[in-house]
This record gives sequence, structure tokens and C-alpha cells, in this order.
Amino acid sequence: MSLELDQQGSSFFQFLSRNYPQLLSRSEAFPEHGGGPSPTFPHGTTILALKCERGVVIAGDRRATEGHQIADRTMKKIFKTDESSAVGISGAAGPCMELVKLFKTEIEHYEKLEGAALSLEGKANKLGEMVRANLAMAFQGLVVIPIFAGYDYKKDEGRIFKYDITGGRYEEAEYYSTGSGGKDAKNTIKKLYRKGLPEEEAMKIAVEALYDAAEEDSATGGPDLIRGIFPIVTLIRKNEMVEVTDDRVRGMAESIVESKRER
Amino acid sequence: MALPYYVSPEQIMQDKAEYAKKGIAKGRSLVVLEYGDGVLFVADNPSSSLNKISEIYDNIAFAGAGKYSEFENLRKAGIRHADLKGYMYSREDVTAKSLANSYSQSIGTIFSQEVKPLEVEILVAGVSEEGKGNEIYRIDFDGSINVEKGFTVIGGKFEEVKNEIKNRFSADQPLKKAFQMALGALEAVSSQKLPPSGVEAAVLDRKRQGRKFKRLSVAEITEISTG
Repeated sequence: MSLELDQQGSSFFQFLSRNYPQLLSRSEAFPEHGGGPSPTFPHGTTILALKCERGVVIAGDRRATEGHQIADRTMKKIFKTDESSAVGISGAAGPCMELVKLFKTEIEHYEKLEGAALSLEGKANKLGEMVRANLAMAFQGLVVIPIFAGYDYKKDEGRIFKYDITGGRYEEAEYYSTGSGGKDAKNTIKKLYRKGLPEEEAMKIAVEALYDAAEEDSATGGPDLIRGIFPIVTLIRKNEMVEVTDDRVRGMAESIVESKRER
Repeated sequence: MALPYYVSPEQIMQDKAEYAKKGIAKGRSLVVLEYGDGVLFVADNPSSSLNKISEIYDNIAFAGAGKYSEFENLRKAGIRHADLKGYMYSREDVTAKSLANSYSQSIGTIFSQEVKPLEVEILVAGVSEEGKGNEIYRIDFDGSINVEKGFTVIGGKFEEVKNEIKNRFSADQPLKKAFQMALGALEAVSSQKLPPSGVEAAVLDRKRQGRKFKRLSVAEITEISTG
């Protein structure tokens, strides 16, 4: 591998597209699907984000499904992208993972080349551009839908961005949830959400919303108290990013289970 | 048809080397040295925006002396190289040694094939996890690569600064002491006091979580340069 001395620009994504397109999955690379049963591949499901006092909480369940089978019980769908933002992914697991890896590299690459980090808005737009690049694959069933959440130092608040398959980027003012159990999770958040939620309460709502989604949607995994598998919950606040420990999420999950038992 | 003049290859190389050395000698100096927790870079650099020291990857840093536009180009190419390799393989497969070798190859090719050689000297340094040593590579304008132990200096008056440090250096000093020593040497050679805003400094600190590179702010430099 030699050095690229004559390249311009600070985008790793563009650098790859131009010089190493084989490293990016493109729909042309996939054969036309000619009848017969559709190939199956793992899908990741429910993810959500909600604002809280001085920040934002982003969370996701752990299940990946392949048709009616469970492909993975411990999949991670929430990823820290840098010190002040995180991305959640739903859709075809393979392309999702690739998107996250590329997005993380992109942000770090820009920061190192320019000597200054991208703004939260800039990161959100960049992610939209990458989702759009996946459009042809989305039409072949490899859909990738992220949620992006982070702390905006300029506006001094937590922000949430959602996307459609065309790369359309929309900002959510309060909360959002997507994936197969997204609607169920959203219903729960809708009932419990209020402005300026204390962080602890917001995290608990996130866990409860995922619990409710798991009850209604077979592709969403609930807290697994036997194996000790719990949703991933990440709290982003000014100068602080907390990837909440399993023990803490277990506590929240147990109290939810307990409250259901008493009914 | 007029025949081109014959100039011996030896003469060409010598002329190019002289040209490059002259260009580098005009610049200010930069010190890199090992300290207790990793590697420290200290540069005499009055500009706060045109950096000579930069992060390349998780545990790799770069520093350049000579012509800014040229080493800046090399810096960017190095970041692309490292990010691409980390993306294709894995983060742990990006090493200072491989990067230094790539620099050496590219700079060497430019030196022998282009009319104008690069007027730069660069450093690639890497820290590894606790208990293992640091790596410092110096790559010259002609692509020759040197492994440096303890400390080294690039840029204008590198010999003089080296001599200042030589007798006082020890690899396990705390940051403050190492910084003051490096700054002292730069000041002694340029025979003037350097204000904190005229010093660029950064560390590769193996105790840091994740990315080991950290640029020291003017406030931090002020703090460690006194007392």
C-alpha cells in the first residue's frame, strides 16, 4: 500500500469511493435475484433516542433476526461515534455495521486532517450522504436506517436526527424510535415523555420502551435476565458520554419486570 | 540536434541534497523525546494555526520540519494511509513502523526522480501499551530512515539542540521535567525566551484511554513550563 500524495479533500468516504470503490459495497456488485426463495440475512431491529435534561439517551435491543430465526442474541446496535455523539442502526445487519465503521472513520479522519472536529450538524449531514449512497442496495432489500444522537456544543443541547432510505435527514425535537418494534417503543415513550426528564428517568423509559416493543414484536429482544443480556443504553451529555453498564440496566429491567408482576 | 549536457548521477544527488539541506536549515527546530508515560514533542513554532505536530492514528503521531506545504502534504497522506489500513484490516494493524517505511519509500522516490527534492525532515513516533517501548523514526529528505532511541531533533539547528539535550536526557522523566528540558534546549540555541504561545507541544500518552495523542493547550504549556 503506498501513500496517496496528490489527493485533496478531507472526506474518507470520498477518498474510498474514488480510489478504493471495491471496499464499499455497491448494488452492482450483487447478482440480480432470479426467482426462487429470497436469500436471508440478519436484520437488526429496534432502536430509539429521547432527549433528557441537558442531553440525550440512545438505546437499542440486542436481537438480530434472519427470517423467523434468531440470528444473534447479543448484537450491538448503538455505537459511540466520537466523544459527543452516537449512532444507532436498524436494518440489514451487514451493511449497517459497514456504515457505522465507515462513519466513525469519516469523523475521525476529518478531525485529524482539518485539525478541528465536524459540527454535530455536519456529522448528521455526512451520515445522510452515506445512507443515500446505499439507496440502490435498499431497493434490493438491504435497507439501512440509522438514528444519530449527540450533544451540540454550539446550541448547547442534545439533538436527535432520523433518516429515511433516500438519505433524507430530519431532526426530532423530543424522541424517536425505529426498526420493527419502533412503533411499539414509540407508543411507550409518548406516554411517559415530558420535557427536561432527569437522566435516570429517561434511561428507564428507554428500557421500558424496549421491553414493550419486545412484548409486541417478535424481532425485538427483551431483557434476558437468565443469560444476562440487556439493551444497550448510552447517555450523552456535555463533556460526558456514559455507556451504561449491564448491571445498571439490569436494575432498571428488573424493576420493570417486578412492576408487571404485581399487576 | 543538441546533445543534453552530461551530469554525473553523483553530482545530481549531491546538488539535490545540498538544496534540500539548505531549505531545512532555514526552519526552526523541533524536539521529540521519550518521557515516563510516552513520547513528547516540543516545537519552536510561533504560529498557532499552522501545526508541525499532528495525530496520525490511535498511538501514532507525526512531526515535520522544513517547508510547511510539503510536510503538510505528507501528514495528510499519512493519515489517509493509516485510516485506510485500519478500515481495511483492523485498528491494531496500523503501526508506526509500516507508516515510517511508506514515508521512506515515497520520499526516496521523489528525491531520486523529481527535479526538486522535498525540503523536509519528518518524525513518526508510536507508543505501545504499558511495559513495551516507544518507537521513534526519523525520515530525511532523501528517504533515508533512522530509528531513534531516547530523543532526537529535526529542523534548523538540530545539532546544537541535540548537544544541549544530550547530557541531561533520561527516558523516564515526568512530563514537566522532560518539557522544561526540551524547551530549555530550544531557548538556549535560539538565545531567546519562548513564550507559551510560541511553543507547540503534544504528547503520545500511553495512559490515555483510546486515542493516545493530545495537543497541549497554551494554558497547559504555561503550567508545565514553570515551577
